[in-house]
Amino acid sequence: MVEVHANTAHRDERIAVVVLLACSAIFVVAIALILAFLAFNGTKLFWGDHVSPFTFLFSTDWDGENGHYGAAAFIAGSLVATGMAIAIGGPLGVAIGVFFSELAPKRVADAFKPAIEVLVGIPSVVYGWLGLTILVPGIATVFHLPDGDSLLAAGIVLSIMILPTVISLSEDALRVVPGALREGSAALGATRFETIVKVLIPSASSGLAVAVILGVARAIGETLAVQLVLGNAAIFPTSLLQPAAALTSEIVMEMGNAPDGSPWKDALFSMAFLLLLISMGLIVLIRFALRRRT
Amino acid sequence: MFMSARLAAVLAVASFVAPLATTGAALADTSISAAGSTALQPLVQAAADAYQQAHSDIKISVTGGGSRTGLSLVASKSVDLGDSDILAPAGSDSLVDHKVAVIGFAVVVNPQSGVTALTKKQIQDIFLLKVKNWKDVGGKDQVITVINRPASSGTRAVFVKTLLGGATLPPTLTEDATGTVVQKVSQTPGAVSYAAFSGTHSASGITEVAIDGASATDDNIEGGKYPFWSYEHIYTNGPPTTEQSRFIAFLQSNSTLMHKTGYILVRDMKVSENDR
Repeated sequence: MVEVHANTAHRDERIAVVVLLACSAIFVVAIALILAFLAFNGTKLFWGDHVSPFTFLFSTDWDGENGHYGAAAFIAGSLVATGMAIAIGGPLGVAIGVFFSELAPKRVADAFKPAIEVLVGIPSVVYGWLGLTILVPGIATVFHLPDGDSLLAAGIVLSIMILPTVISLSEDALRVVPGALREGSAALGATRFETIVKVLIPSASSGLAVAVILGVARAIGETLAVQLVLGNAAIFPTSLLQPAAALTSEIVMEMGNAPDGSPWKDALFSMAFLLLLISMGLIVLIRFALRRRT
Repeated sequence: MFMSARLAAVLAVASFVAPLATTGAALADTSISAAGSTALQPLVQAAADAYQQAHSDIKISVTGGGSRTGLSLVASKSVDLGDSDILAPAGSDSLVDHKVAVIGFAVVVNPQSGVTALTKKQIQDIFLLKVKNWKDVGGKDQVITVINRPASSGTRAVFVKTLLGGATLPPTLTEDATGTVVQKVSQTPGAVSYAAFSGTHSASGITEVAIDGASATDDNIEGGKYPFWSYEHIYTNGPPTTEQSRFIAFLQSNSTLMHKTGYILVRDMKVSENDR
């Protein structure tokens, strides 16, 4: 009896392993197919339609209908909006993370942590809608503009959207710093502030870097909220108060109607592929930051 | 609880199977699929509903996707009817064009612009950004904010063709849905854009401007006084089947449906596209 039972258990385990392996394999194949599909369609503009990658990356002349495929305005729009989001949300998020992990009384930290986790789950359309109805008219009033759709609006909305990610991750990064470091610093006569700036932040730096990089990844891929407040004007940005366009918003506005198989559609695929490359680059950066720690 | 759930399941299956059983034989070869223009979709859908009610043996499915998608789907024979705001591209010789309706568009402004009428030339100057203030075209001292549709939009294509003489629009604020355009124009002092009558006639907080003296009405389009309109097309791949052409004829001639969904009957037009 015992032997039979053991055999059954053994068999069940083997089945489980096979099933789990199959699941992982499906996942890996799906990722590989997505990469292959985007790489094929995303580079077709260059080898199929003979548009120079240089033109695509650095020309601001975009008119998909009439054969001009310079995406520089969208690339710059995405980078500037993301840069603003990080410039505002990065330091703020790290600072709040420090507050929760080092300074806040436990009761306060316990109350705020779930609230921040809820913020991560709010759909981006809600952020975009709030931006459209409150922030955009506000910017128009403050800066005496005819219309408040601008890079500034997109940067502010994105900085709020990435805050929860940056806060949670930087708090976690600080929590894993060994207590002995805090005690040693205090024993040497350092104030709490000196301990945070000179001991904790340097020793948590790789984790804090990951927090900020994931914030960048979230910001650069955000579509809906950006589309609602950015104005979607294919103009190379020269001022934070002007409407601009991002890679994501341009793809979502034109992909549905651009004719299949046209260089226009290929150029949109190239923009998607570029976003994928940027995300992959950010993942590599995170790996690099984490490896440095160990 | 268990009983009622099972009962519900049985009823659901029964209600699904029963119509199949009664009309089973007729269903085989009389389904029509249509896809494409989201502007034309309400009319095609309303016509499909009415037509199916009158002809219980015919099944018509209508989906959107956009004009260019509809054209490529009908070209690849994935659907029977391709709904489109725009003409099929040159080279798609197998596609047969059926002009099913006329759709009117309006240039809309925020009331604070102070204008209610513009000439074609003034509209060109505004959208080519040569004129930047409403006071230069007879309005108030108010900065003009131009809002365009995305480059792939059918509405934008009609606008460029009929009012801008094919000129290339400079990049401006862009919104991709009629509702957003209307909302934005009503919110932004000095804003100007364009949209289909179905989106502008009933909207509040915006002004439809008269073009070259003719106001934005069906009568002015039919009489050839108002230039901003376009045919809506349904394309078939090759000549339509009997059932398809019956449905298209039903849709073209149903004035109740046409007016309810904001279109003009082709047969009411006293001018053709070339007279514009």
